[in-house]
Amino acid sequence: MTATTTAGPLSSATHADYLEGLEPVLTAHDISIDYEVDPPVHAVRHASLTLHRGEILGLAGESGCGKTTLAYGLNRLLKPPAILRSGEVTFHDADGTDVDVVALRDDALRAFRWDKVSMVFQGAMNSLNPVISVRKQLHDVMTTHRPQMTRAARDERSAELLALVGVDPARLDSFAHELSGGMRQRVMIAMALALNPQVMIMDEPTTALDVVVQRGILREIMRLREQFRFAVVFITHDLPMLLEISDRIAVMRAGEIVEIDTAESIYTRAQHPYTRELLTAFPSLTGERGSFVRTGRSDETGPSAGTEKGDAS
Amino acid sequence: MSSLEVRHLVKDFKVRGGKLRAVNDVSFTLEPGRTIAVVGESGSGKSTVARMIAQLETPTSGEILLDGAPVARRGRALAVYRHQVQMVFQDPFASLNPYHTVAHHLERPLKIHGVAKGDALRPAVHGLLERVNLTPAEVYAAKQPHEMSGGQRQRVAIARALAPGARFLVADEPVSMLDVSIRLGVLNLLARLQREENLGVLYITHDLATARHFSDEIIVMYRGDVVERGPSDAVILDPQHDYTKTLLAAAPEPSRHGRLRDEVRAELAAGA
Repeated sequence: MTATTTAGPLSSATHADYLEGLEPVLTAHDISIDYEVDPPVHAVRHASLTLHRGEILGLAGESGCGKTTLAYGLNRLLKPPAILRSGEVTFHDADGTDVDVVALRDDALRAFRWDKVSMVFQGAMNSLNPVISVRKQLHDVMTTHRPQMTRAARDERSAELLALVGVDPARLDSFAHELSGGMRQRVMIAMALALNPQVMIMDEPTTALDVVVQRGILREIMRLREQFRFAVVFITHDLPMLLEISDRIAVMRAGEIVEIDTAESIYTRAQHPYTRELLTAFPSLTGERGSFVRTGRSDETGPSAGTEKGDAS
Repeated sequence: MSSLEVRHLVKDFKVRGGKLRAVNDVSFTLEPGRTIAVVGESGSGKSTVARMIAQLETPTSGEILLDGAPVARRGRALAVYRHQVQMVFQDPFASLNPYHTVAHHLERPLKIHGVAKGDALRPAVHGLLERVNLTPAEVYAAKQPHEMSGGQRQRVAIARALAPGARFLVADEPVSMLDVSIRLGVLNLLARLQREENLGVLYITHDLATARHFSDEIIVMYRGDVVERGPSDAVILDPQHDYTKTLLAAAPEPSRHGRLRDEVRAELAAGA
């Protein structure tokens, strides 16, 4: 079952209506990313995405589909052997200027990253530096990007940031190992918020956390989004979760975006067979016993047995 | 009556400055052809229960009984228990040896537990692979772990657990490391074995939805205690304990799409 999508991702008429009048903040056009190994891996193929101001765009797909690679491409974080083969990424700054992200070099790139587009990484449980305090790590962001800030101002902002993400500012002098998984993740979000970015890219930010903790953090992200109007690209394989938090969802498979639509349309009338397959992969919690999210398939081979591939990673 | 029973199981771990009660008085009876799910979050004690049953941890107090007889601490009787009660681990990438073929992984338990030897090994290995739907068996027998997907590896792990002639399987988060589109296939395999081969399955998970669909009974654990138990549908559709309700409210439910956003907006509007 190799759905060819040379015509671009599927989407509905509702989706077109939804897009009316929205202001883009990040546009990616025809992105292709290869891993230059032998043989080369075409990790992302002709992917185009438009992220709008203040919107939560879910990027769904399974391991190896290219979702993280695409996100790294948007933020210019690819490193060899990954290479951006083609495509344009444009950031539409709130002040009206357009930034060609692909052309940014050195200082301009450093100034852009984190300030305009920040990121919460996969495995953020382990992305804090274990040997320096939370305060020092938050200060680092500000000394790099806001050198004019005084120490007192940085302290004040650090405390404010922790309070924003629901962590007691008394924890500023803690080290990563002294924090629970949920608190570490909240600190990572505080760091991503530090410079008031217009876009946050979140790569599986809650995957390793318990559901109750995960819920608290999602709620926090939603609340901060309402307050600060940043846009979010939220990457995860957890489609039920994306359906709950996203305005729109893009479904990726084998490097291609196969379908993009509003969360509601994805749930009620997914068009691409792979999207439907992903939906059937999650049993419904409260639906009829034995029925699965949409189509009620429950044969043993599973919806994807035919495509179970030797992902040797 | 054939059964695997745990009675008043308690496990304390020594921690700095005292002890931590990881499991506090857990009792249940698993019968052949039935599945019991133990659900809870990290630290609830659910994996410790599994590890005690698999004899990987020694209970601080309480009893484990197979067919009514307490499990021996050592010797032949313990080996007999191990033939019949086997474990499937969470991470199929870590639980198979990367240097060995699938055949090797299955031959060892067959030999160690005295199920087959010599010329009988090959057909026994193939039989196991067929039971877990890895066919053609001779192709899979020759593969090494890196040549297979996570779902296929977990099927090998299940075959390995069946090899000694297990009647009870303890599956500790058997699908949480797998891609979503292959999870149901593995769970359906366990369900078929339970149904057709009369296997008793203890399904340890944090996922309430699959617990409901794949088990007859659900036991909810919180910080070592059983806070709620009952038939799966009753626990999920009509939860009694506050913790079960919290867990259920936190689980994503696609039909409630947009709900979280609306709640947050309402809260902010109310606060503003």
